[in-house]
Amino acid sequence: MPEPMGFYTDTTVCIGCKACEVACKEWNQLPSTNGGVNTLSGDSYDNTRRLDGIHWRHVKFIEQFTEDRKDGRWLLMSDVCKHCVQAGCLEVCPTGAIIRTEFDTVVIQSDTCNGCRDCLAACPFGVIDINPASGTAQKCTLCYDRLRGGLEPACSKACPTKSIQFGTIRELRDRAQQRVEQLHQTGENRAYLYGADDKMLGGLNSFYLLVDKPEVYGLPPDPKMPSRNLVPSSMYAALGALLVGLAGVFSFRNRGASEDGEVRR
Amino acid sequence: MISAPSSTWFSGPPHWGWLIVLYFFVGGLAGGSYFLAALIDLLGRPEDRPLARVGYYIAFPCILFSGLLLSLDLTRPLRFWHMLIESHTFRPMFKYWSPMSIGSWALVVFGVFSFISFLGALAEEGRITWSPLRTVRPPGVVATIVSVVGGIAGFYVASYTGVLLAVTNRPIWSDTHLLGMLFVISAASTSAALLMLLARRYGLALPALSGLRRLDDWMLMLELLVLIALVVSLGPAARGWLNAWGAFFAMVVVFGVIVPLILAFRARQRRELHVAAASVLVLLGGFLLRLVIVFSANSVRT
Repeated sequence: MPEPMGFYTDTTVCIGCKACEVACKEWNQLPSTNGGVNTLSGDSYDNTRRLDGIHWRHVKFIEQFTEDRKDGRWLLMSDVCKHCVQAGCLEVCPTGAIIRTEFDTVVIQSDTCNGCRDCLAACPFGVIDINPASGTAQKCTLCYDRLRGGLEPACSKACPTKSIQFGTIRELRDRAQQRVEQLHQTGENRAYLYGADDKMLGGLNSFYLLVDKPEVYGLPPDPKMPSRNLVPSSMYAALGALLVGLAGVFSFRNRGASEDGEVRR
Repeated sequence: MISAPSSTWFSGPPHWGWLIVLYFFVGGLAGGSYFLAALIDLLGRPEDRPLARVGYYIAFPCILFSGLLLSLDLTRPLRFWHMLIESHTFRPMFKYWSPMSIGSWALVVFGVFSFISFLGALAEEGRITWSPLRTVRPPGVVATIVSVVGGIAGFYVASYTGVLLAVTNRPIWSDTHLLGMLFVISAASTSAALLMLLARRYGLALPALSGLRRLDDWMLMLELLVLIALVVSLGPAARGWLNAWGAFFAMVVVFGVIVPLILAFRARQRRELHVAAASVLVLLGGFLLRLVIVFSANSVRT
């Protein structure tokens, strides 16, 4: 059994070249036609727009500039499936199409998925969508096929600045922690790790070094499992059913007395 | 968006649309009609049974239609059976913690029971002459078992859809615990409304009808309370309804719940037409309520 593998993405060294997006599309044979959309998004250099069935990597461009543009910074981040240790998509999938692999990654088996789209709604990060070519839900597989062949994922292989790093989770966490300390020493005190410990969904196997609030990067500050609502919602539903049943008992038992003047025996 | 009222704002829409809205409505009618019919069978008098039969005549076609709607909504409809059987191992697929998984099985169980009761109702009217079918109609132990088990399955089918919406990470849906409760109560009121309309159409004048009317009044009052509680329970996430959908939601509450309630109380004097109008509004309101809940969350994205 291999060790848990994943990505550590250091957003401070991303240059927004999108080599990861291209490498991902090439290896996974995803269309470059952007789903037929040939207009510009108007959102900085981002025309990928979001992760979906044909975009498994998405470089985000966040412009933080003052009104007169004399001061400011770029935040760049290559977004991807987080391969959560507690994965909402895997949890709700009713067909068993979504599995956890021997690398502790989360993979959707396209031959099992029937496109119910429950996982789209369950993922706290909005990672999954339908690939129109297969009609099934698709997302990053952390290049499961390459891993099986002893290769590293296409995106991290292509990344020219080592913003995306691939390795064992244990090693990546050490490396990321050192990088945070290094940044703190150089005065960048905003640097912190997102999802690098077990507190967030049991740990994100694709975690991030960020220098602003998660929301700024379009990441949920407090992602949760869908099942947090299962018991309370079911309880209230059962209470509702009970109340309907009781109303039924009173309505059908007491009926008639006032309406047709009949006295119950 | 830099500030979001809830972490659910960062998830993506599942593109559940008209087919699912229609399923939530029709499935609610199937489950609701069945459990009302079962309650009438279990608690009512023998002369009420024609009304129960109307319930069973609604339930079975509605649940068949529901299965069709759900399969068509899949992007790979022919793989609908993957919900029940694991496609590699051919073992049963069942996750008790996934409402869609249990719901798929519940539809099968409910489908079987609604079919049995449907045939039983036909047999009771003499349209089918196969004597064993008569045993599924009261009185008798078999009939009681069918009513109780089928009725529970009906409650489940009518309510799990709300729980399913909650067991996600979508705005509004997963920001409240009350959708399942709302759906089961709404299923009861819409089904009672449909039963009353059909009873009127076929000229049934039965003791249980007044009970049904009273039940519908209770359900509408309860629904109003749950709807208020739902908005309160959303807390900051209610921001998802600070738009046209919220206005639509308010209109549905007014015309689908409050107006029928007023009509129901005024019906004490001039009743038949008021009751019919109220029933139509309740049915329409039940449909639009599901529409608002499904579509309003679908349109939210950071």
